[in-house]
Amino acid sequence: MTDVTQAESRSIDTAKPLTLMWWRFKKHKLALFSLYLIGFLYFVAAFAEFLAPYDPFKTSKLHAYVPPMQVRLFHDGDFIGPFVYGLDRKRDAETARLSFSENTDKVFPIKLFHRGDSYHFWGLWETDLHLFGIEGGRRDRIYLLGSDSLGRDLLSRLTYGGRVTLSVGLIGVFFSFVIGITLGSVAGLIGGRVDAAIQRLAEFVRSIPTIPLWLGLAAALPIHWDPIFVYLLITLILALIGWTNLARVVRGHFMTIRNQDFVLAAQLSGAKPRRVVTRHMLPSMTSYVIAAVTLAIPEMILGETSLSFLGLGLRPPVISWGVLLQDAQNLRSIALAPWLLAPGGAIVVTILAFNFLGDGLRDAADPYQS
Amino acid sequence: MLWFIVKRILWSVPTMVLISIATFIIIQLPPGDYVTAYIAELEETGESITAVEAAELRKSFGLDRPLVVQYWDWISRIVLRGDFGLSLDWKLPVSDLLWDRIALTLMISTLSLLLTWAIAIPIGVYAATRQYSVFDYVFTVLGFLGRGIPDFLLALVLMWLGFAYFNFHVGGLYSPGMAEAPWSLAKFLDLLGHLWVPVVVLATGGAAGLLRVMRANMLEELGKPYVETAYAQGMGEREVVWRYPVRVALNPFFSTVGWALPALISGDVITAVVLNLPTTGPLLLRALLNQDMYMAGGFILILSIFTIIGTLLSDILLTLTDPRIRYA
Repeated sequence: MTDVTQAESRSIDTAKPLTLMWWRFKKHKLALFSLYLIGFLYFVAAFAEFLAPYDPFKTSKLHAYVPPMQVRLFHDGDFIGPFVYGLDRKRDAETARLSFSENTDKVFPIKLFHRGDSYHFWGLWETDLHLFGIEGGRRDRIYLLGSDSLGRDLLSRLTYGGRVTLSVGLIGVFFSFVIGITLGSVAGLIGGRVDAAIQRLAEFVRSIPTIPLWLGLAAALPIHWDPIFVYLLITLILALIGWTNLARVVRGHFMTIRNQDFVLAAQLSGAKPRRVVTRHMLPSMTSYVIAAVTLAIPEMILGETSLSFLGLGLRPPVISWGVLLQDAQNLRSIALAPWLLAPGGAIVVTILAFNFLGDGLRDAADPYQS
Repeated sequence: MLWFIVKRILWSVPTMVLISIATFIIIQLPPGDYVTAYIAELEETGESITAVEAAELRKSFGLDRPLVVQYWDWISRIVLRGDFGLSLDWKLPVSDLLWDRIALTLMISTLSLLLTWAIAIPIGVYAATRQYSVFDYVFTVLGFLGRGIPDFLLALVLMWLGFAYFNFHVGGLYSPGMAEAPWSLAKFLDLLGHLWVPVVVLATGGAAGLLRVMRANMLEELGKPYVETAYAQGMGEREVVWRYPVRVALNPFFSTVGWALPALISGDVITAVVLNLPTTGPLLLRALLNQDMYMAGGFILILSIFTIIGTLLSDILLTLTDPRIRYA
């Protein structure tokens, strides 16, 4: 054995649990990738104003339902860097529908750090700097993901929508985490009547199917309320429904390990109940709690998108992925403009990433796996 | 044991009362009542009614009485006579409209639940016993995909694919013209041809979730010493796996049956809106938008009650399969 491997094995022996978990987590390539992906998504959401090429609210009547444009590198066989071709518009005489075709005479190179629509960055200062854009007249715009019925750029709207949808997940899960772990451990630890009462409460919340409950609540929300307030209310309601899952996981685990030897040993050694819970019982279920929390985030995101999709959650002018999907609600618009399903793709990718991350974390934190 | 079950059943009675109250509150939450909505509807068509007429209308519907009285009236009729009141929108007894829709929702939900289990249990067990194999990876990815795609999105995509590539009309329960036709083999086959879409859409999400749970539970059980002991005693893999760890790993399954139901019913509501199915979804949506309160209340109440019964069954199943919980 060489010195290096000896040093390594010694470091495994002495490494802190968190370091061990990180080492094991790193082996799970998909989870690691998901972690980076989620980081990237939140980064995009945070810097939406700069990364989005256009103002998401700016309409353009001339550009209704523009299909996604293709970025090209070669023009007439010569490499000229990334560019898009301009568009020719034709209006169908019968259906009055606009159709677009590429005009290979008009070349618009994509410019980095382009000055376009002005915006308030994080509401702090005004600027018009965007990551990319094209030079050209008012009529020439770049639509990497196509445009909607009002000619708004779908990529920009998707970027801004991510901010709302992704933060709903985080804030919602924070609320439900606090409620769930408190009620769950109280129920599992004290048992008896307290447990029964909390169980009934959870059952009660759980037994109202969420969508009908939402329909009812949303019908009650006045349309003129401040969108921010509606947003918070919706997050809170998602959390009020979502905590039961976490509480039940924690409670069930407390029930099973309450009578196990290591708990008894701790109690016999004179540990106070608080110490038994925080030092011995809670750590033994870290993996379950982590998995449950990571899995709760996509559920929150799903909740928001489902309800906004039905037109009962967030409403325009707020942009969220669910709100964007409303445009793709019926067969006619999907058949006409399939790219309107793109926010659905973003939702699926986000949810998948969170699920992979949760799985990786669970495997890494599971003390039983060798 | 019997005492536990009886106690458990008795416990669910106050829950049901609470749910009926909550339902009634939800129905009352929207500002205004049916008459307000009715007047707005009339005004859109250019008609109008006087304040006196409005008051008359309210009186005839019993909307002028205190809320407690309205609640008591509502719930006592439901419990004693199965009378859910009159749908103000349809001018029909709610129970006439309710049960057909609920029956279809329950049928679709039950079929989806069965399909969910049929997919999740065997695949979950197999993926755990062959961890990190190709099979495991494929189904992990498929499972994640199923979980990652919201029901309504899957329905939308199926609808689009069917329309764009297969010239197949997804949506509704019957092909055009079939709905009114008398029952025949052709109609039945037509129904089956449409029914699988919502059933599969609803089952994928649930199956993907349960698959993960099953795999995770199995992995944990398989690492325990008793499994090794069983192997050491010379038992075959099939026998070891299916006799011991599977039984333990199934516990969370039973405890989640009760949740699967509301999820399926919620999923059914939203999927039905997308696919235009004659289940509870579209009717409930319309009832709530029109503030047809007895109608909406009937739906929410019945769907919730069925969910409680589901939870009850799952608790009883759990105590039957896991003695640790019974005697805890």
